[in-house]
Amino acid sequence: AAAAMAAKGGTDEMRDRVVLGEFGVRNVHTTDFPGNYPGYEDAWDQRRFEEEFRVDIIREEDGALEFDMVGIDAAIANAFRRILLAEVPTMAVEKVFVYNNTSIVQDEILAHRLGLIPIRADPRLFEYRNQGDEEGTEIDTLQFQLKIKCSRNPQAAKESSDPNELYFNHKVYSKHMTWVPLGNQTDLFPDADFRPVHDDILIALLRPGQEIDVLMHCVKGIGKDHAKFSPVATASYRLLPDITLLQPIEDEAAEMLQKCFSPGVIEVQNIKGKKVARVANARLDTFSREVFRHDGLKNLVRLARVRNHYIFSVESTGILPPDVLVSEAIKILMGKCQRFLNELDSVPME
Amino acid sequence: VQADGTDGNCVTFVLHDEDHTLGNSLRYMVMKNPDVEFCGYCITHPSESKINFRIQTRGALPAVEPFRKGLNDLMGVCQHVLNTFEVRLFLKSS
Repeated sequence: AAAAMAAKGGTDEMRDRVVLGEFGVRNVHTTDFPGNYPGYEDAWDQRRFEEEFRVDIIREEDGALEFDMVGIDAAIANAFRRILLAEVPTMAVEKVFVYNNTSIVQDEILAHRLGLIPIRADPRLFEYRNQGDEEGTEIDTLQFQLKIKCSRNPQAAKESSDPNELYFNHKVYSKHMTWVPLGNQTDLFPDADFRPVHDDILIALLRPGQEIDVLMHCVKGIGKDHAKFSPVATASYRLLPDITLLQPIEDEAAEMLQKCFSPGVIEVQNIKGKKVARVANARLDTFSREVFRHDGLKNLVRLARVRNHYIFSVESTGILPPDVLVSEAIKILMGKCQRFLNELDSVPME
Repeated sequence: VQADGTDGNCVTFVLHDEDHTLGNSLRYMVMKNPDVEFCGYCITHPSESKINFRIQTRGALPAVEPFRKGLNDLMGVCQHVLNTFEVRLFLKSS
């Protein structure tokens, strides 16, 4: 009976932990498919999934959201991450009409920089531009103008060499971009304020006599097409670390163990005069595997990750708040499934 | 859609404009189906965005059924994730 329990413990570990060994990682792939493990019910059961699944929102501040998803598989968590990076649409500058550019920045470099500026415009209010449509209509285009000329300051001191004193408008910031409403956009968006997310993005530097006069068209696009359309600064996930001490560790070994991990992970307690190590908060660890460099410690600890517990970290560029981005990403995955379901139903299979 | 052999048990679906995002998650949902003997996907060439998604079923079940069930299950998962997430956000903000 003890052997059976140990064996069950072994398969449980194989099923729900990814173990980090000294030289490699074991049990990486999801193996809990029906038929692989006798005695386990692995077929898909929506009710069981709903019972075990949970979401915990850890922190939301400043455009960055950290939340946990427990009870889901890597394939689906990764699908959400990929969609957040590449398939949630945003508005960004696509076409730049250069009327006058006598600055030192070349036209195409200026256009590239303007495209990368995040624009505070809710992409759900706009449509995609039709293919081949060069002009753009009110429902799919936002127009911005950047018109700035640098001139010399006549009141500057004779010997000053500070450009801030000598010239007017020598630094072109994103706050100089102004929205030019197209058609009936003033009626469609009466209290909208379309502008770049950040006012202090430096676009170009000018000297007296140089000017930039461009008109920009913003369209809706996705990150798959060009990275400027990606709505997240980054979206990533990691698995929850799981550190187990296989034997009690005391005294100096305990102190050394505490130094091997990130601060706060291992806590050394004083029990009956002896110092004993205890895993306080495995979540904080970044798994530098320092413990494997010490021969005395490396067999006393098991480093693993919980296979179905994902710690997501989504940082938005400011266009949409990160919780809206996650909701949109989930809806986009649903939309993809729906598209294929509709095709299955409409086209007869032979 | 290309069907192998005379029965509808082994079918390779060609999905256009898709990549690992849908391919891997759909493969996981279809593999969870006990009637499926084999399920896999591959990207034919990285420059073309289409995937070959192959399902082989046990017994006489037509392969379209696990495909349809996999899509429906994936929709169910997404719906539940969305609901749970929004409930959590609401609770956190209030």
